[in-house]
Amino acid sequence: MSDLDDLAALVVSWARPGEEVEAYVSRSRTTNVRAYNGEVESFSSAEPAGTGIRVVVDGRQGFAWAGTLDVDVLRETLAEARDNAAFGQPDEHAGLARPDGIAVPELDLVRAELLTTPTAAKVDMALELERATKARDRRVTGVRVATYSDAYGETAVATTTGITATSTAGLCFLSVSPLVEDRGDTQMGSGVSAGRALSELDPDRAATDGVERAVRLLGATKPASRRVTVVLDPEVTADLLQILGSTLSGEAVLKGRSLFAGREGSAVASDAVTLVSDPTDAGAFDSGHVDGEGLARRRVPLIESGALRQFLYDTTSGRRAGRPSTASAARGYSSTPTVGAPALTLAPGTRRQDELISGITDGVYVQEVSGLHSGVNPVSGDFSVGATGLAIRDGALAEPFREATVASTLQRMLLDIVEVGADHEWLPGGAAGVTLVVRDVSLSGT
Amino acid sequence: MLDPLLVTEVLDTALRTGGDFAEIFVEDARSSMARLDDGRVEELTSGRSRGAGIRVVSGETTGFAHTADLSAGGLRAAAEAASAVARGAAGRAANMTAGGPAAAHADARRLPEDVPKATKVDLLVRADAAARAAGTGIRQVSVTYADSRRRILVANSDGLMAGDDQVKTRFAVQAVASGDTGLQTGRESQGLSIGFEFFDSFDVEEAGRSAAARALTKLGARPAPSGTMPVVIKQGGGGVLFHEACGHGLEADLVGKRASVFAGRRGEQVASPLVTLVDDGTMAGEWGAYAVDDEGHPAARNVLIEDGVLTDYMYDFLRARTEGRPVSTNGRRQSYRHLPMVRMTNTFLVNGTSDPEEIIRQTPHGVYVAQLGGGQVNTTTGDFVFGMTEAYLIEDGEVTAPLRDANLIGNGPEVLTLIDVVGDDFAMGPPGTCGKDGQGVPVGDGQPTLRVRALTIGGTAG
Repeated sequence: MSDLDDLAALVVSWARPGEEVEAYVSRSRTTNVRAYNGEVESFSSAEPAGTGIRVVVDGRQGFAWAGTLDVDVLRETLAEARDNAAFGQPDEHAGLARPDGIAVPELDLVRAELLTTPTAAKVDMALELERATKARDRRVTGVRVATYSDAYGETAVATTTGITATSTAGLCFLSVSPLVEDRGDTQMGSGVSAGRALSELDPDRAATDGVERAVRLLGATKPASRRVTVVLDPEVTADLLQILGSTLSGEAVLKGRSLFAGREGSAVASDAVTLVSDPTDAGAFDSGHVDGEGLARRRVPLIESGALRQFLYDTTSGRRAGRPSTASAARGYSSTPTVGAPALTLAPGTRRQDELISGITDGVYVQEVSGLHSGVNPVSGDFSVGATGLAIRDGALAEPFREATVASTLQRMLLDIVEVGADHEWLPGGAAGVTLVVRDVSLSGT
Repeated sequence: MLDPLLVTEVLDTALRTGGDFAEIFVEDARSSMARLDDGRVEELTSGRSRGAGIRVVSGETTGFAHTADLSAGGLRAAAEAASAVARGAAGRAANMTAGGPAAAHADARRLPEDVPKATKVDLLVRADAAARAAGTGIRQVSVTYADSRRRILVANSDGLMAGDDQVKTRFAVQAVASGDTGLQTGRESQGLSIGFEFFDSFDVEEAGRSAAARALTKLGARPAPSGTMPVVIKQGGGGVLFHEACGHGLEADLVGKRASVFAGRRGEQVASPLVTLVDDGTMAGEWGAYAVDDEGHPAARNVLIEDGVLTDYMYDFLRARTEGRPVSTNGRRQSYRHLPMVRMTNTFLVNGTSDPEEIIRQTPHGVYVAQLGGGQVNTTTGDFVFGMTEAYLIEDGEVTAPLRDANLIGNGPEVLTLIDVVGDDFAMGPPGTCGKDGQGVPVGDGQPTLRVRALTIGGTAG
């Protein structure tokens, strides 16, 4: 670890008088195993690394990056960033983060076990995942992918403004996509399991989920267009939260690109909605010690019982808004920081999914959505996504549907949230999943 | 990019544990980007990435490792890591006798690194001013200029050695308009596999005005309909329809795993006789073009569907090898850090014979889609979505009210048979990035104006 610190500090020591310089250095160790037909289809291992250097002079910002830790290359990279800064236009709010006295959360995000597990055990895990999936149901005809992957990452950030920060985290995942077939109809499902060490992974659950999600769609047909109450699967809710997070970016608000501009303090959602970005929760898979600018991660309440509390900021957007950074800077080494919304989570309700469904006479259970990036406009709020799932009739799950869309606007959907389920769970994508009931949504089919 | 003797040594090392095939892919990529937002040139960014990916194939198993260390020691370590999973009986030596000099592509007449940064920045300022002058409703504009140069070298144990020098230039404007109905967005983007001469024929001010006009028009848009109706798609932007409706389903890796509705249908009528679909990596200057693919094979033009009949799938090296047939040169990877797989290049529908204006006149009621966003497909069922970012109602054969953004949904095999008119005004669309299994690669799409007899519009209006 210390070598990354040293490298970041070295780059910063090259700063000239009057220059602010930031070095963001990261390195990871990754493994990926894909199983297919009882064999290893592919095995990849690598230790990618890279450095991003930001220079701010007189409010002008320049940036350059290189996919290496080579000191000679980094000298050239700093020179390039410096040259780039000369072409930016001055911004009084531009500048690097400064230490703000907030303590780095104590998070144990690395299990020694992940680093010592032999490769053979990882390979076996992928093979076992495929085997378990095929054995789950006679209708499973194949598995598109059964994958084990892990990543152990270290980052260091240093600046001329006094920031020196490091962060480490290790994660591993299982992912499987079973193909099932019955009476000429084929469906694909997906099952995942995530943890910080192999012992935290559950191949049986990934296999069971994946197969169940495929099997229950067999025979799906196109539903009739109508307005219905929708019950969102926890994974779909997590997708929705990620989109919502982008609209709560202070940068988007300040630049007139958020439908929530000027709404702080107002009711923007039903009172069932309490939303927090909490990367200090070790259970979240994108939790971390510091943000992309080296500030200690912190818990940021966004919506409380339906009322908009505040937006997310990085250093520059915070300064522009006259607010402190919420330490929400997201980045990799190849980009400058932007405002992100890590570890989003809704406060859970009290009822299980089946209890939520039992009160619905005509509705749909949305298991999966598609086209989130083509049919959702986070600026206007227009929301339209492809959907597959099951009909809900007289309080119970009924026949499957496919080739349909569900549509509303983000503004309306938030107000139309009837209830949040009790089944809160952190998902690999970052946000927490939980069952969500939303009324009066347009279902388009035949 | 690398000493041929070192290449041979690395391939030999990679095969030492008994692999059947070894390959080294060396990449040296540079990129620059300039962004204007909120009335200010916010930043210029430069990036560089250099390294090698080594794969070893042994039976059905592929081992892969990559490194940014191009020294003999670094490459040897990567070769050993990649070969660790090979379980062949005996090692063999690489056959490099056929190795020749690398082929060069580089259609670029003006390399991005030869252009002063101030010249690039000036383009942003001009586009911003033009967009803001388009109407008082325009409240925000962001403009992006981006260029890249990617030099690759591929060598494998079958004796292949080839290279390419790929230059790309891209420009995009996004405008936000504000009115009584809230905020709306408009976008215009273009990109080609050429150098800075891109701007000889691309007018940045016009791009700014187009993006602004789209946002302003949508301030008066009504919610899109909900339900099934005829859809006319304007030339250019609708190629993504074919990319999603059948392109991915014709990729041999998905076909081979029976994860495609088009598996086992070669030679069958899968589309309306009006449909001839081509994937063509040789289209000089287009966004998805190259001289050789990322496995070192010369780009090719492949007819996928001819007069509605499925003629062939797309192949990379591994799939072609399994089936004992030639590659179709669709083996691509995002970078040296990724394994290649079957990917599209420039995918397009060839011209029909109808007058595009007549197509609209012959449509009593429906939706006219003038600009599309991205899309997504489930290849197993064939169901796909794509977004419309500029669309209008068609009433009594005329384009009328603008519509708010929504997704459209259809089933690939069904939609292909429902294409009932194809225009004679073929055009390529804006540059795309296709995502598959976590890798993004540049792709082009194109099509003439066409009509689909029935597609489901995912709006909210009853």
